[in-house]
Amino acid sequence: MIEPGLYHVLFISSALFFIGTYGFLTRRNLITMLMSLELILNSVNLNFVAFNKWLWPGKLDGLFFALFVIAIAAAEAAVAIAIIINLYRTHQSIDVEKTEEMKN
Amino acid sequence: MMQGSTIIFYLLAAMSLVFGLLSVTTRQIFRAAIYLLFTLIGIAGLYFWMDYQFIAAVQVVVYVGGIVVLILFSIFLTNQAGEKLPRGKTVRKIFSALAVFCAFALVISQVFEADLTETSGSPAPTVARIGKKMLDTGQGGYALPFEVISILLLAAMVGCIVIALKTKL
Repeated sequence: MIEPGLYHVLFISSALFFIGTYGFLTRRNLITMLMSLELILNSVNLNFVAFNKWLWPGKLDGLFFALFVIAIAAAEAAVAIAIIINLYRTHQSIDVEKTEEMKN
Repeated sequence: MMQGSTIIFYLLAAMSLVFGLLSVTTRQIFRAAIYLLFTLIGIAGLYFWMDYQFIAAVQVVVYVGGIVVLILFSIFLTNQAGEKLPRGKTVRKIFSALAVFCAFALVISQVFEADLTETSGSPAPTVARIGKKMLDTGQGGYALPFEVISILLLAAMVGCIVIALKTKL
């Protein structure tokens, strides 16, 4: 095994990205789809930080992008969960196949 | 002789990937959330391994302490913690796995073809430097995005309350 560097982290982050994509494509429950989305966002963050560390170590831009992605992901998760709970109240289900109309 | 940090890196990477895979394939939604928790902790560990302590701390506080707890609450509120998820269509799973694998192979081949020259020597950013840069209004400062993010968080908070309200406004 060789000393891990940028390429190792890029491999991990792309693997995580596509694991998240697989979950997003196969899952039909809104909460599990949200979890897949979190995996995708985390892989992007890992990329930003790795590029910051190994390609532009004197700068902080990658780190700030990762920070802002985390903040937006938190806001997005909160809104998504509010919508999911509202949907459960009106439809008694959070399966995307069973919730076809937006208004009831 | 392998170094300790190399072993730790491979352990953290394996932890993130294995638990991520389990999180998207398990049929019990509560277990999926717990596996997601371990994936996020593994990624925080990778940030620590890269010497980016601040972002690792933010990852632990926001993701592990915030978002996973939020997801667990919503699982309990939608009343399905004990039930298993319905089995998905096999055709859909096969084609999704195929598409994802092809895309992964494409991306990885492109990544390893790209000529990225690693530069090192600069020390890891200190929290003092991060704080100064975040509130810097000059060239390349992040004061404006910081303020925009705070407005966005406020708007999201108000939006959540309005959406989840029982009596409509």
